[in-house]
Amino acid sequence: MEKNSLTIDEVRTLRQDLWWVEPLLVVVVLGSFVVYTTWAALQNAYYYAAPYLSPFYSPCLSTNCAHVSLPLIGSWWNLSPAILILWIPAGFRATCYYYRKAYYRSFFGAPPACAVRDIARNYTGETRFPFVLQNMHRYFFWLASLVVVFLWWDAILAFRFPDGFGVGIGTLVLLVNAFLLSLYSFSCHSCRHMCGGHLDTFHDSPAKYRIWEAVSRLNEHHMLYAWISLIWVALTDLYVRLLSMGVISDVRLI
Amino acid sequence: MATQEVTMRVWRGDASGGAFKEYRLPIGEGMVVLDVIHAIQATQANDLAVRWNCKAGKCGSCSAEINGKPRLMCMTRMNTFKPGETITVAPIKSFPLIRDLVTDVSFNFEKAKTIPPLRLKPKEADGTRRMFQEDIDRAQEFHKCIECFLCQNVCHVIRDHEDNKKHFAGPRFFVRLAALEMHPLDTNDRKQFIKEKAGLGFCNITKCCTEVCPENIHITDNSIIPLKERLVDEFYDPLAWLFRKIGGK
Repeated sequence: MEKNSLTIDEVRTLRQDLWWVEPLLVVVVLGSFVVYTTWAALQNAYYYAAPYLSPFYSPCLSTNCAHVSLPLIGSWWNLSPAILILWIPAGFRATCYYYRKAYYRSFFGAPPACAVRDIARNYTGETRFPFVLQNMHRYFFWLASLVVVFLWWDAILAFRFPDGFGVGIGTLVLLVNAFLLSLYSFSCHSCRHMCGGHLDTFHDSPAKYRIWEAVSRLNEHHMLYAWISLIWVALTDLYVRLLSMGVISDVRLI
Repeated sequence: MATQEVTMRVWRGDASGGAFKEYRLPIGEGMVVLDVIHAIQATQANDLAVRWNCKAGKCGSCSAEINGKPRLMCMTRMNTFKPGETITVAPIKSFPLIRDLVTDVSFNFEKAKTIPPLRLKPKEADGTRRMFQEDIDRAQEFHKCIECFLCQNVCHVIRDHEDNKKHFAGPRFFVRLAALEMHPLDTNDRKQFIKEKAGLGFCNITKCCTEVCPENIHITDNSIIPLKERLVDEFYDPLAWLFRKIGGK
């Protein structure tokens, strides 16, 4: 054998393209989102600028909220009301089939990219705790769907100004936010399964088949909806926050 | 016909070791990587081992790693590379190397033997079995598989963790299992098999199988994730379990 002989297994990857760019981008964008969201949730301030409620605090469940959506928790709750609700969208995204791909690749390096060797030596996938809990995704889907209902309600309330009906930039921001989060939530793989994917025969369930077809069409773009809804929801919070702090002013269109 | 010179780095060796060897040769318009490998074999390395058959992307024989990406050599056109770029061709990594670009893919045939087969429903009163178009449309995609095993090769569960081979079937067989599980006339229940023997839980849905599939089968979205959801119904969802108990199923 030649002097520089090696086995093919010794090579980490033969890829020559910029395979590391995608995981790096995910780390930057997703990491920034997590940092910003955590910071915003812990602020417990500047989350309401009438008539706009930040989506990070919606539905606002404690009676000491600046804008109560549903008074389920008494005034004894003196932490940020965002804590009561943010675990739902956080859990929905953390167990989402798309985000799993994104963070397993980018944060766990399992694998960092296709045909690039795993960082970890041992690998058990989603067979053991904690990753076996990914199987609870459908429960988070149901809960996140409830949150989406409240976000639409917030978007409707965003038309109600102290002087009556109106439309501001914030109204549009909240409407787009509810729309994008609806697209993301209802394009979910678990939703697709529960709407009809569980069936072996569609012929006997034509209504389920049509719903499954519609959700399947949305599901093809689940990754796109995941990213744009993620970025938009952060921008929505930022918009309401800056309004509430008096840094910017809302523009009334109607 | 316009020709240009190209540099190919081709893996030469066997399981005990080897190295990349460079070959420079002229290529013509319309050539694919497999043509160039054949040209090397014909003019510079008569003993170069390469497996191929149809040269039309349908037999699944000429799988290799081209510039590190798992692809079919016959479906990779030379004009997709930058002029002057050195092109690396290596054998697929996940299976034992026999020689040069040829690997032993019998792992896959052994896994195929373990899959519980189709068990048809009884015939209807008129002596026939009926399937409807909407029921078979979904599984049609899975039947496009040409068994090139690129998905098996790129799957990090076995590519980087050899010890998982004994309890993990791999994406190709999840496609097969999905086709059977979603078959409108099938009565066999493979959920326990999929969980315990095929090791679906090892898949962390990083979608590399889908990315490399030359038939563009949506392996992850249309077979692996639906199977995962069916396993959730059966083993992980307490409400689904409760409804089954109440419904007497």
